Amino acid sequence: MRRFSWFNATSLTLGFAFLYLPMLILVIYSFNESRLVTVWAGFSTKWYGELLGNELFLDAAWVTLKVAVISSTIATVLGTMAAYVLVRSGRFSGRTLFSGMIYAPLVMPEVITGLSLLLLFIGIGLDRGVLTIVLAHTTFSMCFVSVVVSSRLISFDRSLEEAALDLGCTPWEAFRLVTLPIIAPAVISGWLLAFTLSLDDLVIASFTAGPSATTLPMRIWSSVRLGVSPEINALSTLLIGIVTLGVISASLVSKRNLMRQQQDEQTAARTA
Amino acid sequence: MADAARGKPMPHQGIFEPWTDPVAKPLIQFQNVTKRFGDFTAIDDLSIDIFEKEFFALLGPSGCGKTTLMRMLAGFEAPTTGTILLAGDDISPIPPNKRAVNMMFQSYALFPHLSVYDNIAFGLKREGMPKLDIHARVEEMLRLTRLERFARRKPHQISGGQRQRVALARSLAKAPKLLLLDEPLGALDKKLRQDTQFELMDIQEKTGTTFVIVTHDQEEAMTVASRVAVMDEGKLIQVSTPDVLYEDPRSVYVADFIGDVNLIEGKAKPSGDGIDLHWAEGQPVLHCKTAKPFGEGQTCHLAIRPEKIAIHSQEPEARNKLCGKILDIAYLGNISTYHVELPSGHVIKAQSANTRRIARRTFTWDDTVWLSWTDTAGVALER
Repeated sequence: MRRFSWFNATSLTLGFAFLYLPMLILVIYSFNESRLVTVWAGFSTKWYGELLGNELFLDAAWVTLKVAVISSTIATVLGTMAAYVLVRSGRFSGRTLFSGMIYAPLVMPEVITGLSLLLLFIGIGLDRGVLTIVLAHTTFSMCFVSVVVSSRLISFDRSLEEAALDLGCTPWEAFRLVTLPIIAPAVISGWLLAFTLSLDDLVIASFTAGPSATTLPMRIWSSVRLGVSPEINALSTLLIGIVTLGVISASLVSKRNLMRQQQDEQTAARTA
Repeated sequence: MADAARGKPMPHQGIFEPWTDPVAKPLIQFQNVTKRFGDFTAIDDLSIDIFEKEFFALLGPSGCGKTTLMRMLAGFEAPTTGTILLAGDDISPIPPNKRAVNMMFQSYALFPHLSVYDNIAFGLKREGMPKLDIHARVEEMLRLTRLERFARRKPHQISGGQRQRVALARSLAKAPKLLLLDEPLGALDKKLRQDTQFELMDIQEKTGTTFVIVTHDQEEAMTVASRVAVMDEGKLIQVSTPDVLYEDPRSVYVADFIGDVNLIEGKAKPSGDGIDLHWAEGQPVLHCKTAKPFGEGQTCHLAIRPEKIAIHSQEPEARNKLCGKILDIAYLGNISTYHVELPSGHVIKAQSANTRRIARRTFTWDDTVWLSWTDTAGVALER
């Protein structure tokens, strides 16, 4: 048993307050009756109702979702391919350059990425809209996928693939039937990472979006500049709720899998 | 070591010797195969014939090229020069998935996301075999490896020994012409390994498949194999049946690698039906019967197994005898190994079976004893 100490208690409280107080205030005020954000006038859920009627927000949410799903899916495919090549092809000339180029966007300032993409799209005469945002998001999120997937591939036992080939698989079948199912958790978490990065992105989307397509972060940003409305509080609360739910369920699933695996291994050891 | 050679039930012994038959067609032929990885030569101009239904062991220290040799058979590596023939056809251009060769991997390489049943069925499904036939074949494999109860389990839900049997069943399911086993028993503990060795031999006989096993464990190679190839640095040193390898090694390397041995280096002098070995100042000349021609003064190594040296408390009547003091005794239960130090400083190992209870043992530390052996007990080696 550790003894209670005032120092520990204070730093814990301050730390958590620093992290969560702003969000807590936001959640509380989303249920505020008043239009004034900083004045409490009683409990109400009316801003949630208004939010559902706000075409601008709903449209933006729909665009964001579309962009996130499409771009993270493409990024996952490309990122997995890149990771596979990097891990598997061993030494080839230019390998360091190639891997460096894949990971460069990780450290590239978003403003630079956004600006260069904007110049590219103007240069090739591509009309800015959903397509350009998708392309931009794919570009910067695929390197995240590639990092996640390659870290799994490095620990992957290559003889599993050789066994598949040995048992009559073509290289593609070996990948589809053996490698992919085994690295699936990493691929899925790569996809989720790309998805959240895309949902979250403001800077790059601002550079590459046209008048026809506005994402939710852009919409929130522009309406906040006209003053914070309780509607935005409601929207943010919804987002916080969705993220919390996602994180909790993901950790529950992985914890249950781990426990089941341990149990299985114990049974195996006993029956051996 | 001696136990492995002793406890060996070989029903074919004396009958199954295709390598002595000049008209027998080998299943696998390596013809002047060389494999280089950059500057490193893994296999150096190697030629070997392996016959159908053989249980062939590749034995050698790690890095000797035995695994490379096996991977070339499986198709994961291509020879730099030379050809490999399987049943008379050059297999170099054939990718691994098209070869009638299956491999059991050292790590077993079981697919963790598939059940035991689906692991075994994997290769059959790739072949496009009808569902009912697949079922029958998988059931047969499960019976053969005594895994019926575990068909629905995933690999992580069974023990190491069971995993090893699943790997074997999976590689045998497609009824390959040739089965490759890469250190198949390395991950098992000693007792289980011994049981599994006999199981492997049993299965090899039942299925009539040609097995090629890679191992660094000489006891294992000698237990299971019909012939053993001793390798070192990419070259074949000797290919023989286990008993020839043990009793009649052709080089100091093999004599030393297989089992325990005393090596006495000296100068040879032809005498009668063999040679006299002058090996140390003030020590008696040793005589060894040999058919090999040795020149006068040629360097010669006398290799003699500890169990072929008798130990006495009185001077015996024998042609080869040495006197020394017991330096050390290794008591192994069934046998004891005595390390006897000669006045010249050499240490000779002699082994004797503990036929009596330990309390009645005759020799102890620092006793002066006599060692003796016959003319035919040792082997004279040039190098």
